[in-house]
Amino acid sequence: MAVQSSFKNMTLCLFAVCLVASALLAAVYAITKEPIEVAEHNKTISAIAQVVPEFEGEPVSDTIEVSGRKYPYYVVSKGGQPVGYAINTSSVGYGGPLSLMVGMTADRVIYNTTVLSQSETPGLGAKCVEPEFADQFRNWNPEEKTLAVTKDGGDVDAITASTITSRAYSKAVETAVTVFDAIVSINKGE
Amino acid sequence: MRKFQLITKGFVKENPTFSLLLGMCPTLATTTSAINGMSMGLATLFVLVLSNMAISATAPYIPDKVRIPAYIVIIAAFVTILQFVMQAFTPDIYKTLGLFIPLIVVNCIVLGRAEAFANKNSVLDSACDGLGIGIGFTFALTLLGLVREILGSGSAFNWKFIDGDGILVFVLAPGAFMALAYLIVLFKKVTSGKGE
Repeated sequence: MAVQSSFKNMTLCLFAVCLVASALLAAVYAITKEPIEVAEHNKTISAIAQVVPEFEGEPVSDTIEVSGRKYPYYVVSKGGQPVGYAINTSSVGYGGPLSLMVGMTADRVIYNTTVLSQSETPGLGAKCVEPEFADQFRNWNPEEKTLAVTKDGGDVDAITASTITSRAYSKAVETAVTVFDAIVSINKGE
Repeated sequence: MRKFQLITKGFVKENPTFSLLLGMCPTLATTTSAINGMSMGLATLFVLVLSNMAISATAPYIPDKVRIPAYIVIIAAFVTILQFVMQAFTPDIYKTLGLFIPLIVVNCIVLGRAEAFANKNSVLDSACDGLGIGIGFTFALTLLGLVREILGSGSAFNWKFIDGDGILVFVLAPGAFMALAYLIVLFKKVTSGKGE
């Protein structure tokens, strides 16, 4: 069956296999590059649309640096007035980073939140994407209610047996409020 | 006829999960729900058929001593292609399975079939073998995912029939081992006396 191995044919053969494989990959990459970007873009747009009130036109993206970390955010406006801010924050959950899109209205109330990516335990922490947990952040006013789980003296009802995930979620939302304040103070300064 | 046997053998006699006990890592990790299990199975099926064909076609020209590295490169190329294609056209499935797709490269079923079958048989036979093993793997993963989903979350294929939680342990790793063990017992019971 197979050819007798010699230094020359082993080198040549591996070289050929790698060359063909990389050429093939380059071709597929070139073909799928655009659809992947479109899919990513749609994902972001639909996440933004979920967390902010009705708006007109395209969200304007920007980044802001708050205490050494950069946060991407998107401003949506209606009738020339900014009506909402979608802020992308993340924190460390039980199974890895938990990335959220938090929507704030112009009057500093959380409109809605959605999970962009998470790797929490299925059946436990992964329930943070379900409305039973996530919907409690709708219309949450950080002036009135504290963004921490009840165990830590806050007002967030934790997921049963997933306090760490619930804490991470609350933390990410809290960060978004801080980022929102920074955005507003910069805009005022201008 | 022989082609047909090649396909069915992967389903029962050489079922990779229940009979050969190969590829346990993705089996245990991805089967938290029936849909996840099925998507992982189908992704593996795709890679298995293509890599079996490619390896069977190139095997006569690859020197014996470097055949494993060559196979790994071929398999990895197909997996990466699959990853790009899924990212582009099925972003939702990619979101759940993304983490496990690169693991197909080191899935011992794929390399196992390359070594045990594809490098000694014709391209068409290898494709049938890959298809059979792939279907067997998909079936096993879907079944295991379904059992775990029914017991663990009280739903089947995302259709919820019990309000609230199930027996949570079945969604977690220990439950995967338990469910798999009982399914293997059941499989052996049903197939004993047949085949060998």
